[in-house]
Amino acid sequence: MTTTAIEARAVTKRFGAGEITALDAVSISIAQGEFFTLLGPSGCGKTTLLRCIAGFETPTDGAILLSGSDITASPPNKRNVNTVFQSYALFPHLTVAQNIGFGLKMRGDDAAKVDKRTEEMLALVKMEQMASRRPEQLSGGQQQRVALARALAPAPEVLLLDEPLSALDLKLRKEMQSELKRLQSETGITFVFVTHDQEEALTMSDRIAVMSHGQLQQVGSPREIYTRPVNRFVADFIGETNFLEAEAKGDSVTLSTGDTLPLPGAGTGPITLAVRPELLRLTEPGEGDLTATVRDSVYFGTDWHCHLLLSDGTEVVARMQSPPTGESGIGKGQPVGLAFAPGALRVLED
Amino acid sequence: MATKPFSVTRLPGFGAIAIAAFIALYAPIITLVVYSFNAANSVAIWGGFSLDWYRLAWENDQVQQAAIRSLVIATFAAGFSTLLATLAAVGTTRRGRFKGQTIIYVMINQPLMVPEIVTAVALLILFGAIRTATGIQGLGYLILAHTAFCIPFAYLPIRARLEGMDMSLETAAADLYATPWQAFRHVTLPLLAPGILAGAMLAFVISLDDVIITEFVKSAGQDTLPTYMLGQLRRAMTPEVNAISTALLVLTVLLLTGFFLITRGRQN
Ligand SMILES: Nc1ncnc2c1ncn2[C@@H]1O[C@H](COP(=O)(O)OP(=O)(O)OP(=O)(O)O)[C@@H](O)[C@H]1O
Ligand SMILES: [Mg+2]
Repeated sequence: MTTTAIEARAVTKRFGAGEITALDAVSISIAQGEFFTLLGPSGCGKTTLLRCIAGFETPTDGAILLSGSDITASPPNKRNVNTVFQSYALFPHLTVAQNIGFGLKMRGDDAAKVDKRTEEMLALVKMEQMASRRPEQLSGGQQQRVALARALAPAPEVLLLDEPLSALDLKLRKEMQSELKRLQSETGITFVFVTHDQEEALTMSDRIAVMSHGQLQQVGSPREIYTRPVNRFVADFIGETNFLEAEAKGDSVTLSTGDTLPLPGAGTGPITLAVRPELLRLTEPGEGDLTATVRDSVYFGTDWHCHLLLSDGTEVVARMQSPPTGESGIGKGQPVGLAFAPGALRVLED
Repeated sequence: MATKPFSVTRLPGFGAIAIAAFIALYAPIITLVVYSFNAANSVAIWGGFSLDWYRLAWENDQVQQAAIRSLVIATFAAGFSTLLATLAAVGTTRRGRFKGQTIIYVMINQPLMVPEIVTAVALLILFGAIRTATGIQGLGYLILAHTAFCIPFAYLPIRARLEGMDMSLETAAADLYATPWQAFRHVTLPLLAPGILAGAMLAFVISLDDVIITEFVKSAGQDTLPTYMLGQLRRAMTPEVNAISTALLVLTVLLLTGFFLITRGRQN
């Protein structure tokens, strides 16, 4: 059985005179040792949730539990939770080593223990050479490592990371992504990671919570979120998705094009289907499940994105792997057939 | 062809006006300094170089006492006003914007707005009443008055420094188990130190320089250097006053240079 590190119980946070609802009854349970990601567009409340967990904001309603005990009313310095800030917030008047040792010193550890732990942390983030430098003498990536080491030094139960990689360039970002994964598995600390980069979320997380307008849309493993999005928002936000309007008739669906396809357990009434572009296959005209016309095709190196028009004018995108020659072999206006991979059609909840 | 952007430096007569302005600014001071080295007994007729007036001023008991009094008052006033200004600055900036913030700023900066002579008269009346009622004498009244009008001068550089300081640093400190006091002591205060020092130096100079309020508030025998000089001018003018002025000028320039070095240092 896994133990719960952080639990949010119907956490609501309103700002101003109550007119801004940043969090709307958010309930999440994050397991001990998990790499948990909060994903969502700008303004959806990711930072606010993190700040509520860290203690910088007090929820308007609801409770926050750390290892089972209610910490909703404790100040930040009484919570065994540390944060890696987006701006790093390193203390400019302290050296790298003093920055890393700050939390331990404030907590009242004796000097020998602080020094020992600081050295361990410097080694962990490979910054031994920089111990006596000031933050201003470090590159962005190095500052990032110091911020990580500083937050990990007191061995918190949970580490909160608010878009820690967004200030780094692409290459450094990739490097730090694997660095973060390494640090997490080496320390075994629960990571709550905020990003609005879906690829970052998919590649790094054990579980992802997708948020929108202060509400939790879906919580699940990257594969669950990607292959079984519960609603249009999640399907649209994570990866590319084609939406098809249809009428469900028990174990089959009739698309807006008039074609009927088998789909066990589709229910009845109007529904929206989601199909990933890579689960659509182009066929000879007349074969496959539907007919379509090529509107345009765009070369992406590894694959081609074919923009197709269905017979009723619905636009869909199909992705096909580039052949060795790089040629797609299809031209504008060409009629094609379209086949769905088995299980490609997903019924959305709304 | 690109036309040159407008520049005031290319207007006709710019050079001449600039030179005239500099002469107006510095000629009186240069004259004052030069005549402090006059061997003759005059502040207008040159009689050769000598340091006699400096020696005379240095050996003059009244000057010595006034100088010591000035320094004591300035030290206490700068200390107290800087302490109060630091508290005020932390209170007004280490938080989000709040209702009435501008009013608070205006109120803290009251001494910059109320004419000094008005404050002087008000203090004369108030302190006079207190003196009669309690019988308490001493430098306390002057220190109190100086502290009050020095507050805005100490407050401004401290507030400027605080406003340039990221609030997330204190948040980070709290996140790392620092109590509010520890966060202040280990993060805010060390980062604020240059602002505090700059504020204290400015307050010190302002106190050292004050005439009007001191003249009204002081009791008999409580002359500071500036009021002593004012008293001297009513009698015979000798280059001794020039010598004292020059010494005061040097001290002020040194302190202000220090102030500018500190405040400039924070921008890089
Ligand atoms: N202190 C505040 N006062 C008023 N409104 C706030 C405050 N903090 C956040 N909000 C509002 O709450 C909502 C959620 O903000 P939050 O910072 O949590 O978003 P986010 O998901 O972190 O966005 P981003 O990806 O841009 O960082 C936004 O609409 C924001 O304007
Ligand atoms: Mg945010």
